[in-house]
Amino acid sequence: MNDKFRGGFRVKLARFAMAAAVAALPAVAQTQLTGAGATFPAPIYQRWFSEYASKGSVQINYQPIGSGGGIKGVNEGTVDFGASDMPLDAKALQSFKEKHGFDLLMFPTVLGAAVPSYNLPGVSTELKFTPEVLAGIYLGKIKMWNDPQIAAANKGVNLPADKIVVVHRSEGSGTTFCWTDYLSKISPEWLSKVGRNASVDWPTGLGAKGNDGVAGLLKQQKGAFGYVELIYAISNHLPYGMVQNKAGQFVKADLASVAAAAASVKDFPANFVVSITDAPGNGAYPISTYTWLLIPSKIEDAKKRDALKGFLNWAITAGQNDVESLDYARLPKSVVSAEQKQTAKIM
Amino acid sequence: MDRLRGGDEVVYLITFTCAVTILVVVGLIVFELWANSQPTVKTFGWHFLTSSTWNPNGDKFGALPFVYGTCVTSALALLIAIPLGVASAVFLSEMAPPKISNILTFLIELLAAVPSVIYGLLGIFVLVPLIRDYLVPVLVKVFGFLPIFQGEFYGVSLLSAGLVLSIMVVPFIISVSREVLLAVPVEQREAALALGATKWESTWQIVLPNASTGIIGSVFLALARALGETMAVTMVIGNTPKITASLLSPGYSIAAVIANEFAEASGSLYISSLIFLGLVLFGLTIIINGAARILILTMQEKHG
Amino acid sequence: MDLRVSPSRKITNVVMLSLSGVCTVLVIGVLFFVLGYLFVHGFRSLNLNFFTHLPKASGETGGGMANAIVGSAKVLLLATCIGVPIGFFAGVYLAEYSGKAMAFTIRYVVDLLNGVPSIVIGIVAYALVVRPMKHFSALAGGVALGIMMIPIAVRTTEEFLRAVPNSMREGAMALGATRAKTIFSVVVPAAISGLISGMMLNLARVAGETAPLLFTALGNMFWSRGWLQPIATLPVMIYNYAIAPEEDLHQQAWAAGFVLLALVLAINVTARLIISRGPASLRR
Repeated sequence: MNDKFRGGFRVKLARFAMAAAVAALPAVAQTQLTGAGATFPAPIYQRWFSEYASKGSVQINYQPIGSGGGIKGVNEGTVDFGASDMPLDAKALQSFKEKHGFDLLMFPTVLGAAVPSYNLPGVSTELKFTPEVLAGIYLGKIKMWNDPQIAAANKGVNLPADKIVVVHRSEGSGTTFCWTDYLSKISPEWLSKVGRNASVDWPTGLGAKGNDGVAGLLKQQKGAFGYVELIYAISNHLPYGMVQNKAGQFVKADLASVAAAAASVKDFPANFVVSITDAPGNGAYPISTYTWLLIPSKIEDAKKRDALKGFLNWAITAGQNDVESLDYARLPKSVVSAEQKQTAKIM
Repeated sequence: MDRLRGGDEVVYLITFTCAVTILVVVGLIVFELWANSQPTVKTFGWHFLTSSTWNPNGDKFGALPFVYGTCVTSALALLIAIPLGVASAVFLSEMAPPKISNILTFLIELLAAVPSVIYGLLGIFVLVPLIRDYLVPVLVKVFGFLPIFQGEFYGVSLLSAGLVLSIMVVPFIISVSREVLLAVPVEQREAALALGATKWESTWQIVLPNASTGIIGSVFLALARALGETMAVTMVIGNTPKITASLLSPGYSIAAVIANEFAEASGSLYISSLIFLGLVLFGLTIIINGAARILILTMQEKHG
Repeated sequence: MDLRVSPSRKITNVVMLSLSGVCTVLVIGVLFFVLGYLFVHGFRSLNLNFFTHLPKASGETGGGMANAIVGSAKVLLLATCIGVPIGFFAGVYLAEYSGKAMAFTIRYVVDLLNGVPSIVIGIVAYALVVRPMKHFSALAGGVALGIMMIPIAVRTTEEFLRAVPNSMREGAMALGATRAKTIFSVVVPAAISGLISGMMLNLARVAGETAPLLFTALGNMFWSRGWLQPIATLPVMIYNYAIAPEEDLHQQAWAAGFVLLALVLAINVTARLIISRGPASLRR
């Protein structure tokens, strides 16, 4: 009885030790980086990372947990880089520097748009939304689809007498920042009551996780209204409306209108932080935004550093050829050359 | 203590060390939770538990919406699971032929092993549509005058979470209650029947009271599980930190808000508020478990 | 009590007993609908891609969960290596060595640990492993799940060791065996079927845990090498895909749910069979 017990145990122990040894082998030749953050650019990032991995030995594992998660991850050093559609303000950058002793650099990667998407089976025309309507819906003041304010901009459209099911993000989101940034600019009431941030005290609405969560809820729920990044509306066949811009035109989000919004910024600040919502200019889509990669200026591990720099340089040049197929707009050329200079700052 | 010889000392040391390790680990857990909650405790004090604002933007945090949601969904779950569960346990122990009873119980106990995320999966794609299309219209028609069934229903809600939780905890109640009922000596039943009681009267007046301690224990077990459930709840509750009287509106629970917001909480007040919520939840489970123990002890003394 | 059975009592009897039967049918019906739906739908969603491919970028179909399946296995292996030894030896201590005061304390603390909600264990593992190490990792996930395995390991070990009759211990010691030898050569083997089945049930319980992995193991689009990289696991993938809008991802979530459930149930059934075939003295 004793021997059987011991022998079986020893064999099991040996097998286990071998398995553990194999599983514990350090990464051979492959450099794996971990990044986390925004869902807004996740489709293009995932395409980029998988393409870049097939080119060489750099695997970049990106987890779309929301801009808030990306910012936290890079602050606590638990990820190699973060991604956020909400740029960090001076205070946040300062506290990063105090905590780590070096700067956090922000690199814009693509341009995208937050679109007002809805689920109204009986309505086949594209709806037009004025800034007042958007603020009114999210403040909870406009509750029904056939509200006179919505009807005024959509003459001839048969709007149902249904309640608007407002959808927003449940977690800290850069897309939320873009949306609330826009609402803050066009509605003084919104600015004083709610403000702009990745996570706000929503006056009304249901929360969903991630751009994909909002898209999912929009698909399932009749009468729903929410904001998602453009590609999520397109790939899920969700209708999305036009928004009236500063010049008074009703503009639909697409490559041209987003690029027009970006072009309205003449002087690009050195730290690449800029808001392009409610952009002036002909044909500009008013709820556009850059999205940034958050990268520490000091990376200890040489392999990781070179891998990240290599990827960055690729992403802002050759990688830009992929973005339009996913309905993101390319970076303006002037921004790209400024970024290449900043890439050199990563030590 | 016996005389320790040879290998004895080594083995004793190993086992003792492991036991102490557990003490250390638990101490560490409690310490980490308490220490990391301090910013919130210092800023809000006990007001945190009664405040219903949750605003990460303005750095204002209050636990009430989550405590409310946790309690409401768990209470709803128990309200449904206890009668159904105990009735089923009675049937399985008193009425069903032993073979059938054993097979059914085996299968029901397997259901207790189904992971939470799978209930969440089923919740989103199967249960919520069923509730929305069949249950709620009926509830609103019949009970619509009650404030708990008023307002818009979007699928994700306190009601859906409560119903999913009830399905998750009913196997525990059935399994434990059935065992306790079976443990009541057959003489008790026979004595009642000999005195002319019907089977139901014997069950209701003799057997169930005898087994009540165990059944209540199973209820506490179920409650403790329901309070801590994370994934199934967060997938169907709607994730909205508001307190409403209606079960049809979306809500939030402590476990769900931690799961959703911890990964991105920056700022010491935000993080410490979430951790303090975790501590509150832990505290709730300790209280429930403690109450269960005390109840069992007092009832044991009563019945001798 | 009225010795004649009045009609009203008879009716009450029939009605109440039937009601209890109805409740049982309702409960069984719902429970089996739930399981049955998962099995059928999940099975239909299985395909070769699921087992062999890595997750694909959003918008592309044909991805799979090969890395999540292996990832779950790795994390569970680590959890078992952490939780089972600590729990087992502590259980041995409680059953064979400890005095009353120490035993009470340890049992109380173990119960306390059992009551910690799984999401809270996730937070603690994040604070103790992820943040200091500055990595999300399989190690952190394993530690979180390992801690969750401890209470049941302790309880099972203590229960089954205590169930071994003292006569066996006394017999061994009378023959000159040391305490330690008695325990490991006589008591443990006598309880072995209960111990193994207990460990299996323990494993099945943590195999489905998602919450503690959310901020410890995080996730990975690629294969995770070693123990210090973020790692994909089945339960977390199910959660992520279930709340995504794409139908293709929903299908994968069902398939993963099927695989996870099949595994958990298989372990459960095996564990119960082991224990029902074990030595008569330990049959529960």
